[in-house]
Amino acid sequence: MTTDSTFRTEMIEARDAPDQRRGVIGWFRANLFNGPINSIVSIVVIYLLARLIWPFLEWAVIDADWIGTTRDACTGQGACWVFISARFESIIYGFYPEAARWRVDIVFALLAILVAWLAVPKLPYKKWVALFALIGLPIIAYFLLVGGSFGLEYVPTRAWGGLMLTLTIAVLGIVGSLPLGIILALGRRSKMPFVKGICVIFIEFWRGVPLITVLFMASVMLPLFVPGNLDFDKLLRALIGIMFFWSAYMAEVIRSGLQAIGKGQTEAGQALGLNYWQRTGLIVLPQALKLVIPGIVNTFIALFKDTSLVLIIGLFDLLAIIRAGLTDSNWLGFSTEGYVFAAAVYWIFCFSMSRYSLYIERRLNTGHKR
Amino acid sequence: MSEATASQTTASGSDRPMIEIDHLNKWYGSFHVLRDINLTVTKGERIVICGPSGSGKSTMIRCINHLEEHQQGSIVVNGVPMTNDVKRIEQIRRNVGMVFQHFNLFPHLTVLENCCLSQIWVQKKPRAEAEKTAMEYLERVQIANQALKYPGQLSGGQQQRVAIARALCMRPEVMLFDEPTSALDPEMIKEVLDVMIELAHEGMTMLCVTHEMGFAKTVADRVIFMDQGQIIEEAPPHEFFNNPRSERTQLFLSQILGH
Repeated sequence: MTTDSTFRTEMIEARDAPDQRRGVIGWFRANLFNGPINSIVSIVVIYLLARLIWPFLEWAVIDADWIGTTRDACTGQGACWVFISARFESIIYGFYPEAARWRVDIVFALLAILVAWLAVPKLPYKKWVALFALIGLPIIAYFLLVGGSFGLEYVPTRAWGGLMLTLTIAVLGIVGSLPLGIILALGRRSKMPFVKGICVIFIEFWRGVPLITVLFMASVMLPLFVPGNLDFDKLLRALIGIMFFWSAYMAEVIRSGLQAIGKGQTEAGQALGLNYWQRTGLIVLPQALKLVIPGIVNTFIALFKDTSLVLIIGLFDLLAIIRAGLTDSNWLGFSTEGYVFAAAVYWIFCFSMSRYSLYIERRLNTGHKR
Repeated sequence: MSEATASQTTASGSDRPMIEIDHLNKWYGSFHVLRDINLTVTKGERIVICGPSGSGKSTMIRCINHLEEHQQGSIVVNGVPMTNDVKRIEQIRRNVGMVFQHFNLFPHLTVLENCCLSQIWVQKKPRAEAEKTAMEYLERVQIANQALKYPGQLSGGQQQRVAIARALCMRPEVMLFDEPTSALDPEMIKEVLDVMIELAHEGMTMLCVTHEMGFAKTVADRVIFMDQGQIIEEAPPHEFFNNPRSERTQLFLSQILGH
């Protein structure tokens, strides 16, 4: 051994990593009470939160009335959820004939099963299930919901309503606007001036008008231009309007993803002899779509919430049916319960989409840098 | 002078030309990038292209598989003349493998899938057969044990070896290398060069843009020096390095070999 202290002659033993595990108390101490000022701020915020949340809990849960069928059951100080439970059927089905509501149930169940199947990674046959969800389900749903064939009673779309209508518009809007948006985004980046021009005009037109205007145009103005007694269904008109409107937004979200994919990826595909559609479908789009999942889901969520705008053209979606219930002379004065319930339903759907998108992002992460 | 003629005779001495570039001109806007390039590469020939940055060497080899479009002159690859027809271009690309400076592996696919993609979609091979070929070439670049990893989990040198295997899977007649080692850490350059040297010894026709002069000395049949869009000098390596004719070449060599 030399006595030269400038150099080490042996490797330092590896130490254990610092302890990262903290209990609840440890977390509180580290994040909320790690100093006198932070402690004071924390206490004040906790106090304010308690003052705000507690009255709401009292109103919504503790003092609320849950059981009953009529207004007479509303005796407590808090919310009267009897208003919701008494009208629950119409909130779900709208004016759909009671005898035919099993048809809606089947579609709901199918939708739930397919979504769950696609969401759970371990289940097999993903491709076929997705194909069925995109092609089979709409056909089955159409024949079941509209009826008029296979001995099923015909139910006009003006009798549709409630959550069922909201979900119909949202699901068809989502399923329609994504592929249309992809095509528009690709078209906008096309080198062919005609294709590019059409896509730019389409996107800029639909992005430039408010959705309410689109819905008004679809319900009021379109029939004026359509000759004779050719009758487009009002729901169909609204659906097409919503689909076009959101596909324009979707196109711009997807275009931002396409632009983020380096030119090298396309060139590598070209050098391997892949043609345009193969390069787009196998190399560019999978990466671009993955990058913009937050943007896509953001658009889905906005679309879902904006389905409530159809009430202005006289379609009774979830919100409209609850509003209609408020004008019922037996149930005057329960608007708070109605709106809180509607908000809760919208929130559950939107929050689920948001969490699922985070999960998908984590799952698709292949740890790559480009 | 006599040696220059000798080099030309060796070039035309073997059988049919793999690549014929004739009076190639290219402009970016009004900027003349490639000026009257003439180059014939015979089957099995290994060519190293060097020159200062911006001299058009990458642009030239990218014209060979039409990643860049030229405005004048003609390119014939393996008997197929290059046109603007997409089908024709794709036909040529199937015979020409390319390795890029930044690897350009597909980050969303595993190493194995990277190598199978074009076999399945361009050559229409069944997946099992494509995977077998892919594993064969991954074995040859000594990275078969990483086949199921994603490119992002590999080092730069490993990624570049995968990129070479990916190009080889298409069984190309020509390989183009566009500065394959310049994005690599020094300690990884060797593993990539070793693969390239092995490939050269197997008789692959290669065009390689590189600054690795050791590589040029070892494997090149001809070294081409480009500056300002022109081929300034073209000679066998021993002549190129020991006895460069043009002043521009001498200056360039003194700069890259001098320190």
